[in-house]
Amino acid sequence: MASSTQNALNRLLESRVWQSVFRGGRGMSNLHRALAVQQNLFLHLFSVKMRRRSLEFGITWYLGTLTFVTFLILVATGIPLMLYYHPSVPQAYADMKDLQFVVSAGVFLRNLHRWAAHTMVFLVFAHMARVFYRGAYRPPREFNWVVGVVLLIVTLFLSYTGYLLPWDQLAFWAITVGSNILSAVPWMGAKIRFLMLGGTTVNANALLRFYVLHCVVLPLVAVSFIGVHFWRIRKDGGLYREPRQTHYPAQPQPISIPSSETESEVTSPHA
Amino acid sequence: MPESPNYTTVLDSDSRRAPVRVAFVTRRTSPHVKATDDPFVMTHPETLLRVAIATEVLMILLSVVSLVFNAPLEGMADPIQTPNPAKAPWYFLGLQELLHYFPPIVGGVLIPTLVVIALIVIPYFNINIEAGGLWTKNRARRLRVLTISVIVLTIGLSILEVWAILAPTLFVAALMYWTAGTPPDSGGRLRRWLTSKPLPFWIMTWFLIEAIVLTAIGTLFRGPGWSLVWPWGGSL
Repeated sequence: MASSTQNALNRLLESRVWQSVFRGGRGMSNLHRALAVQQNLFLHLFSVKMRRRSLEFGITWYLGTLTFVTFLILVATGIPLMLYYHPSVPQAYADMKDLQFVVSAGVFLRNLHRWAAHTMVFLVFAHMARVFYRGAYRPPREFNWVVGVVLLIVTLFLSYTGYLLPWDQLAFWAITVGSNILSAVPWMGAKIRFLMLGGTTVNANALLRFYVLHCVVLPLVAVSFIGVHFWRIRKDGGLYREPRQTHYPAQPQPISIPSSETESEVTSPHA
Repeated sequence: MPESPNYTTVLDSDSRRAPVRVAFVTRRTSPHVKATDDPFVMTHPETLLRVAIATEVLMILLSVVSLVFNAPLEGMADPIQTPNPAKAPWYFLGLQELLHYFPPIVGGVLIPTLVVIALIVIPYFNINIEAGGLWTKNRARRLRVLTISVIVLTIGLSILEVWAILAPTLFVAALMYWTAGTPPDSGGRLRRWLTSKPLPFWIMTWFLIEAIVLTAIGTLFRGPGWSLVWPWGGSL
């Protein structure tokens, strides 16, 4: 049984169709492993080889990776949620109740989306702090830090626009409180608020705008910047590594430099 | 004491006139460069396996959380009935807390804008790659600037009675004074570690502590009418 499965798998992996998709070929040599990464659109954001030390958990705590994982979970749960959701008043709230009582695993789907979203916001902050305290933002990675700041803001907006969609009391008043802050912007505060809400109060227009922002605009922006963020890691020299610890003496040791005229010997500090 | 060196250093961008690199080869050393670089591993499978494990661990954790805890869902949105207190999502509660202390133009617009600008300019501001400690250069002048800043902040925040921001500010300032008082190689491990830190470290630490304190107050300690309450109920 096991061998027949193995045979079927082998036949599949050696078939023309499979080989036309994954061109690296089969084999466990480093060349094959390199091709498996380099010939794949998604994996080729990784370099073919990486420094062993930068893979250790204690270096990055994998915070960037984990943030991206939460983003993938949010896409994977968000699309099924869209199938059960109408961005209209009061149907939006009724859809929440349907998810709770009618849709199979609807509660789990919504829970996973909600908790993954909170986790993503938290992880983005944690990732930022970790990158900062390791000094990984310094040149030549300064632009990638800026991309990261943009992604932080996009993440906050994604979470904030999603917050309104259940159309319950929590959502409605959180967005009311938040959008009132915009009114404080000098000159055009009220206009920006009107543009964002599609009205002077949080209403059905606001729900539709937040829905479009949450499900279309902001995810596209996020994906674009995530792509740039990953790509720049490679272009800026791979994952950051701390410079080797060099132990300088507490006091600079004197060294005397020979001049061209006198043939004096160079004295080493430890000689 | 060393004799004054009998050579001069010049700034010159013409590589034909001025050498671009100088090495002093002293006795019992060799010009050989030691290879200290880390070994490489193949991304497939070493990296991909680790990423897969990290993915699965997080997915399992979030799935368990989602099975145990339900996402909140209150009654349908009702513009007539205002809950008390009306709170923003947790990551904006620090901001909402700021709005409680400052006028909206300051707490809602000026401070967030400055924070975002500060975050963006961090890598361009900290151009010393070595990231030398704050007190290694211009110590007296930097101490004066710190003292003046602390005095101005203390007076300003005291007038506005914003103790929640003043207390972390004074805490960070105290740490900075503590590290400024001694040469970098003295003291315990924590002190030596802090002493080696550049200015951006202190600004970021200050910002993060403020953000955590304000978010915690906004989330846990604010009740009806934005009054102070205990997280377990009862006014403070």
